[in-house]
Amino acid sequence: MSVDRRKFLKLAGVTALGLAGGAPAKVLAQDSVTPDTLKEVTEATATPKAPLVARRWAMVIDLRKCREAGDCNDCQKACHLAHNVPDFGNPKDEIKWIWKESFEHAFHEQEHEFLEDKTKHGPAVVLCNHCDNPPCVRVCPTQATWKREEDGIVMMDWHRCIGCRYCVLACPYGSRSFNWRNPREFIKELQPDFPTRTRGVVEKCTFCDERLARGQMPACVEACKAGALTFGDLEDPNSEVRKLLHEHFTIRRKPGLGTQPEVYYIV
Amino acid sequence: MHNGGKIILGLVIFLILITFPVWYNVANDRAGYVPELEKAARGDNCVRDSSYMTGFHMDLLNEWRDQVVRQNDRWEVGNDGVRYERSLSNTCLNCHENKDKFCDKCHDYMGVVPYCWDCHIVPKEIQQ
Amino acid sequence: MLEKALSGDKRYWSWVAVLLIVIGTGTLFYLRQYHEGLTITGLSRDVTWGFYIAQFTFLVGVAASAVMVVLPYYLHNYKAFGKITILGEFLAIGAVTMCMTFIFVDMGQPYRITNVFLHPSPSSLMFWDTISVFGYLILNVIISQVTLGAERKGIAPPNWIRPIIILSIPWAISIHTVTAFLYSGLAARPFWMTAILAPRFLASAFSGGPALLILFCFILRKFTKFDAGKEPIQKIALIVTYAMAVNMFFIGMELFTAIYSNIPEHISHFEFLFFGLDGNTTLVPWMWTSMILGIISLILLINPGTRKNETVLGFSCIILILSIWIDKGLGLVVAGFTPTPLGTVVEYVPTFPEIMITVGVYALGLLIITGLYKIALSVRKQVTT
Repeated sequence: MSVDRRKFLKLAGVTALGLAGGAPAKVLAQDSVTPDTLKEVTEATATPKAPLVARRWAMVIDLRKCREAGDCNDCQKACHLAHNVPDFGNPKDEIKWIWKESFEHAFHEQEHEFLEDKTKHGPAVVLCNHCDNPPCVRVCPTQATWKREEDGIVMMDWHRCIGCRYCVLACPYGSRSFNWRNPREFIKELQPDFPTRTRGVVEKCTFCDERLARGQMPACVEACKAGALTFGDLEDPNSEVRKLLHEHFTIRRKPGLGTQPEVYYIV
Repeated sequence: MHNGGKIILGLVIFLILITFPVWYNVANDRAGYVPELEKAARGDNCVRDSSYMTGFHMDLLNEWRDQVVRQNDRWEVGNDGVRYERSLSNTCLNCHENKDKFCDKCHDYMGVVPYCWDCHIVPKEIQQ
Repeated sequence: MLEKALSGDKRYWSWVAVLLIVIGTGTLFYLRQYHEGLTITGLSRDVTWGFYIAQFTFLVGVAASAVMVVLPYYLHNYKAFGKITILGEFLAIGAVTMCMTFIFVDMGQPYRITNVFLHPSPSSLMFWDTISVFGYLILNVIISQVTLGAERKGIAPPNWIRPIIILSIPWAISIHTVTAFLYSGLAARPFWMTAILAPRFLASAFSGGPALLILFCFILRKFTKFDAGKEPIQKIALIVTYAMAVNMFFIGMELFTAIYSNIPEHISHFEFLFFGLDGNTTLVPWMWTSMILGIISLILLINPGTRKNETVLGFSCIILILSIWIDKGLGLVVAGFTPTPLGTVVEYVPTFPEIMITVGVYALGLLIITGLYKIALSVRKQVTT
């Protein structure tokens, strides 16, 4: 296929501005799509930046900051908006990717009668822990969920999921939700740049892999006004998450099960 | 052949009935019908040329699906040398805005119901 | 031989008609479920497996139980079982078909089932369960076809079928072990994660399944010319007795470790089952019924007088099957989810559509068993009284 060289160079020149550092390593060092051909549907899909990469993504959640924020629910609102997560209005069909659980439920093996009040009655933000040793990945009969080798994210392939819900059984944290019915009518504000899911598949947080590919932080991290959510590369000794882990005592959920969760909590 | 006449007659009638869709359309001058597709709203070229797309757009989308979801390989350079995001909603439908005047034309004619639309959104349809 | 299922008297066809109506009704409800989604069941975000998988778990046990008549006859030449091995194998075919159908109706995307074969996942027990159960179906179809075909011609079956029959013995054990492994490998569910789960499954399978076989023999004796004979039935009853004793013993083992250790994560599930948790007492009457029926059936079976009395034996088998069906079905499955990994209690009750679909699948299994038994009896010319 021959390409008109002049036209090609013209395009190259115009779009070079949009690129912070060029395409992902795998793609040839060609040029991005012109503003003409790429419609800016939401801000999120505007001219792409270099993707965020890591060897092991992890999140540190500072429950103290979350507690101070009071009735805030920004992380869930942002996540559910960006990912077209439906709201069915009843706990039976409920789908949630990230939410505020009571500390008692999120860490019920840590709980005792005389636990300090502010922790005991405080919130704990919970989501998929993207475990290093994920039991959900082990049990999936079609590999519709798998652990990405390059950065440790436990991914979902909604094209392949057969809806057997074995992964929901295997998850010790209750992070996964199943689409018991067609979610389309229950999505308040459809975002066209991210697909919805269909009924009959399991879904969960994917650490915003599509945003990371566009050079953006996960939606919840960006939305948290209290700065309680920190996201970064555990293998990078200079990352924010490593700093926080170095400076504070942190706990993880159900550490005794050997799942090696990658969401750490500062209590 | 025992009852040969009846058998051959039966076979001929069977053949006529079974080929009904073919000769009926030829007789009504509809054999050459090709659905008319709306031209793209913007852009000079597509990721592949039309002859490939007509026959193989499903293969391309399947490839894209696995490349994007399973290999995190989201960008490619089309045959026109332009870099595209591998996305049905964000790239294909960016130019071919009206699904009902483009995609559905052939799909409806062929009686095909692809379930892509169960999940993948048509941007134009949700803009008020 | 299949044509023999298509000829029968008025009684036969009335029974088939009833089954077809029930299957049809179940199908209509399933179509509604396929259209609206599994939301029409009682399942929820926290209790994701329920009535359908409970039936699957119970029926895998019934399917495996064919080995209890095949093993003595083929490995130890216990001639008395000669006439009923075919009944055991046909029961296994019916049970396995029901198992696969229950999986199909429980799936969110049933038409993607081929993904399990297109993308094999050896780390997943569900992959192995699929292979195991499907393979067992094929084994039983081949074995029953060949042995019954030989019987029809009045000759001994060919020699090559013998290793296949011997293979079906460990395979039967494997299907239920793998099904137990589905549950017992999950760190997230302490109620299931017990080494004794597979032995428990096998013990309850080898008591419940043969008990069902005894009941079928009684039914066949009443409605057809086929009489299994006193000795085979008594032998099977003895197998049921020992297996049930082991089963109740294993239940006692489970109760001991949970109660004595008093670890909340372990004991809370038993509390839920037998006393209720957080006000949720849905399963309490069922579990006590199951235990009481199980103990009564065991007493009646252990006592030789009541075991040899075929009327009482029939009654014991019925209550035994009920007991195991409750305990291994809803008891096992729902208690695994209650309390949830977050310590909450969520109620699960099967809805009417869910029950109707289940009944439809059972009718489908019964139809298959009816047809197959009809074929077996027609071959032996023992159909009408």
